[in-house]
Amino acid sequence: MSEMENIYLLVPLMPLAGAIIAGFLGYLIGPAWTHRTTIALMFVCVIASSLVFIDVLQGNLYNGAVYTWMTSGDTLFEIGFMIDQLSATMMVIVSFVSLMVHIYTIGYMQNDPGYQRFFSYISLFTFSMLMLVMANNFLQLFFGWEAVGLVSYLLIGFWYVRPTAIHANMKAFLVNRIGDFGFLLGIGVVLIYFGTLDYVTVFGQAPQIANQVIEIFPGSPWMLMSVICILLFVGAMGKSAQFPLHVWLPDSMEGPTPISALIHAATMVTAGIFMVTRMSPLFELSETALSVILVIGGITTLSMALVALVQNDIKRVVAYSTLSQLGYMTVALGASAYSAAIFHLMTHAFFKALLFLGAGSVIMAMHHEQDMRRMGGLRKYMPITYWTMLIAALASSGVPGFSGFFSKDAIIEAAHLTTLPGGNFAYLCVLFTVFITAFYTFRLMFMTFHGKSRMDQHTKEHLHESSWVVTLPLAILAIPTISGGWVIGSMLFGDYFGGSILITLQHNVIGNMAAQFHGIWGMMSHSLITVPFWFSMSGIFAAWYFYLVKTELPEKIKKASGPLYTLLDRKYFIDEFYSWFFAGGARILGGWLWKFGDVKIIDGFFVNGAARLVVLTATLVRRFQSGYIYHYAFTMIVGVCVLMSLWLYRT
Amino acid sequence: MLFDFSLLSLVIWLPIFVGIAILTINDDRNAQLIKWLALIGSLAGLLVAIPLYTRFDPIVSSMQFVEYRVWIERFNVHYHLGVDGISMPLILLNCFTTPLVIIAGWRVINKRISQYMGAFLIMSGIVNGVFSSLDAILFYIFWEASLIPMFLIIGIWGGPNRVYAAIKFFLYTLLGSLLMLIAFIYLYRISGGSFSILDYHKLPLPLVSQIFIFIAFFLAFAVKVPMWPVHTWLPDAHVEAPTGGSIVLAAILLKLGGYGFIRFSLPIVPDASHYLSDMMIVLSLIAVVYIGLIALVQADMKKLIAYSSVSHMGFVTLGLFLFNVYGVEGAMVQMISHGFISGAMFFCVGVMYDRLHSRQIADYGGVVSKMPVFAAFFMLFSMANAGLPGTSGFVGEFMVIMAAIKINFWYAFFAASTLIFGAAYTLWMYKRVVFGTVTNPNVNQLEDVTGREVLILTILAAMVLWVGLYPLPLTEVMHVTVDNLLAHIARSKL
Repeated sequence: MSEMENIYLLVPLMPLAGAIIAGFLGYLIGPAWTHRTTIALMFVCVIASSLVFIDVLQGNLYNGAVYTWMTSGDTLFEIGFMIDQLSATMMVIVSFVSLMVHIYTIGYMQNDPGYQRFFSYISLFTFSMLMLVMANNFLQLFFGWEAVGLVSYLLIGFWYVRPTAIHANMKAFLVNRIGDFGFLLGIGVVLIYFGTLDYVTVFGQAPQIANQVIEIFPGSPWMLMSVICILLFVGAMGKSAQFPLHVWLPDSMEGPTPISALIHAATMVTAGIFMVTRMSPLFELSETALSVILVIGGITTLSMALVALVQNDIKRVVAYSTLSQLGYMTVALGASAYSAAIFHLMTHAFFKALLFLGAGSVIMAMHHEQDMRRMGGLRKYMPITYWTMLIAALASSGVPGFSGFFSKDAIIEAAHLTTLPGGNFAYLCVLFTVFITAFYTFRLMFMTFHGKSRMDQHTKEHLHESSWVVTLPLAILAIPTISGGWVIGSMLFGDYFGGSILITLQHNVIGNMAAQFHGIWGMMSHSLITVPFWFSMSGIFAAWYFYLVKTELPEKIKKASGPLYTLLDRKYFIDEFYSWFFAGGARILGGWLWKFGDVKIIDGFFVNGAARLVVLTATLVRRFQSGYIYHYAFTMIVGVCVLMSLWLYRT
Repeated sequence: MLFDFSLLSLVIWLPIFVGIAILTINDDRNAQLIKWLALIGSLAGLLVAIPLYTRFDPIVSSMQFVEYRVWIERFNVHYHLGVDGISMPLILLNCFTTPLVIIAGWRVINKRISQYMGAFLIMSGIVNGVFSSLDAILFYIFWEASLIPMFLIIGIWGGPNRVYAAIKFFLYTLLGSLLMLIAFIYLYRISGGSFSILDYHKLPLPLVSQIFIFIAFFLAFAVKVPMWPVHTWLPDAHVEAPTGGSIVLAAILLKLGGYGFIRFSLPIVPDASHYLSDMMIVLSLIAVVYIGLIALVQADMKKLIAYSSVSHMGFVTLGLFLFNVYGVEGAMVQMISHGFISGAMFFCVGVMYDRLHSRQIADYGGVVSKMPVFAAFFMLFSMANAGLPGTSGFVGEFMVIMAAIKINFWYAFFAASTLIFGAAYTLWMYKRVVFGTVTNPNVNQLEDVTGREVLILTILAAMVLWVGLYPLPLTEVMHVTVDNLLAHIARSKL
């Protein structure tokens, strides 16, 4: 085993060790040693990831098995690593954000009775997520996929006595399971048609069976590749919360804020984006699937951004913003701009984690008040939180120079250039959403940090900046939030991803964009004459006008718009529909099958009926043995008569 | 190797003799002696079974550890034992479960202790006999004998409605197996006077006879599995059975049905199996979907887990009748895994029942606040029940779903719906029982698991995780047997 192989192993095993120590020994070693141990191990994990990253940049790729999980027939199921540009990038993002969240948690979860348990969970999450991104086969991908879902379930329901939290975590798990249902079927089709689940083999064989068809419905042949890709994408829709499987993500905000940042913004929810990117050699072969992705991504981007406009809970605004940003990434995938999706995934991980952690810092200062209508004017009390969040807000709104600008602009341009059906729709969605994004982001900033203070006196007296364990991660995350986009030249238009992403020639929008790219300064100055820039500026301006100048205006608009406002406020009534139709429907159907099918028909009619039949037959048969001679004699005479008449009749 | 030669006999008769010895004590004042004797006996039973795995040769396709003696010369009945890669893991599962059941009943059972402990030991030996018999009559005797201890366990130590449940259990399963006996007698005549199961495997049969034999076998085995629509005895039996009884019923006795299909239906009447496979698949899928929905609305935890058992056993029958290697091995793994998980789930309910004397979900809520360690174990087993990867519950279901896609996408579609239903009914129950605020004041009195309970939970958790994370040692021993079986049933007997 080479030296690098040991380092690969070190990356996931360090957080796993942390999870085990915090989980099983946490109560022995106490809170302080729990966070010291897990953070130290996470630190090693970050160093190891960085070493792997540097090694990959020098061209050292790896693909190999760790152990054989199972064999069945001729098929080998393995656990193994595939280390290339894509996975190394993800490893660095995941471990870095995770380390920040570990540190931040010391402040946020202080005095919580579940302190050690929390550290155990977030370390376990990091392990699962790393196994997911490092996988070299579909099976391990699915393992990590479900494991992050499990930890997400545990963390959303972390405060397990809250009815909303335990409802939200079950909902999150079940909605994700619907996605996994499609995902597993997709994996199954891959296994049956390719005979293996190993990435490299599958990707290598994919072009040969690109034209094969499968008859899901007899008589209507479908392209095999489209079926595979759409099934896999259903999994991505669950995990990356795409419409119509997005409903779990806003509710997941019931969990503690650090995990909202880590799991429900920066890392886990991007697993779907990562997965599709990883599968680019398959998705490139199905334009149908790419079109579906474009449309789903477009719908998610716009519809979720609209909902963010009317939210008053600070975390929910950020949550809906996350949904919308995930929509951006999905659109990028559909436009075959995988590298742009990963690029936005990266910048988003930084600025959204920063927004969430900043929101958490505000919530702590406000004594766990999350309603923005009771905030205002926090800027002077919490300068570090304010300035770092402002940076994140600028990045999120796509202001030139900040990381979000570069990645978002690339996606808009890719959606503009793609020629696939659905491309125009997606383009209009992502373009218009720029305005909305800037508006709701700065609405959040202005309502929280500017204007008059609207909180009660007691809260106001206790307002103060959070401690250094909270502000340090904010400050550190602010750095890549500003500068993370400057690498666009090499990451998108250079050969950064190498062979880890495959794009066919007819979908090569990134290549076309590269021809137009003349450095980041050129991109920034050019943007001044483009629509997205002015959308973004007018969004910020509108937010300023509505929430700082004419503060009575939003209320008037709300009244004037009537049902439209209600539609957004109730999130298009999708939750209500799901709980009525699916949850309610399943229970009614189950109850009916039980009471009618099992109790009435099977037990009532057949089982007890059979018993009654035995009794009935016995009662009848009993009558033949009455014991009276004349009964028997009479029966005999009747019998003789019948036989004789039969005999006479026949002759 | 004299030891090898009589190993299977030892595995069968050691627990039975210890059980009988315990029965003779029959005095509750000697409770400690009885319990320790039972524990030692069950551990010895496990110990003598371990060489079956360590000395098992995975590349041999014929029966191993064979014992062959004339028993009833007049009818050509033999005391013929042997195991292959299919029966050996099931014997180990059985021997593994018995000590856990003994420990589980350690403090809970206070009346007729010797009979309780004796019944479990005797049943353990009998079930080993079922799995290792290669003679039809011997098999039939063990098969029917296994009913008696369970009938008594439900009928004596069960809940208020125990007599109804015990009789329902007994009649349901007895009726099915009588037809199996008729099938054996028919086969005895056709084969020219042999009761050897291995002879039956080679026996050519016309399709009509095959179908009749298949139906006779089907009724015997489908009741045991249980398959829809002959499953309704199981929820009643589980609800009334004491915890130990439920564990053995779910973990072991249901496997007799699955084993019967593998050992008898598939190889003896392969053409009928192919001919009727659509029916078997549809019934299995009904079990997965229909029963999954029914489990969702149960208010009694034991009923819920019983229905979930039926749904999970649907994967066993589904996997077997897809006739490919993923399916059959998946069915086997599912049987073993279901043994651990359903045993653990019933034990978890038992832990709560012992404290609160209620199985109603509505009587609980907020258990985690009082029993955090228990809640953690229960979470693991619930997730395993929902088929989470990394636990044993995933492996079998995964393999069977893969096998189903190979045959027909829609089979896999309905089978995979367990991902949603299984998670829904398990997690919804978990949420209502474990999470939330305490509403029932009695829950506030709950005390966390004792050392004895932690021991059982830890052992089961280790098994669930082992099979989930590294199933290779389990599947390795079956490959040759399964390949052989599939090759055998691919050949027509007409």
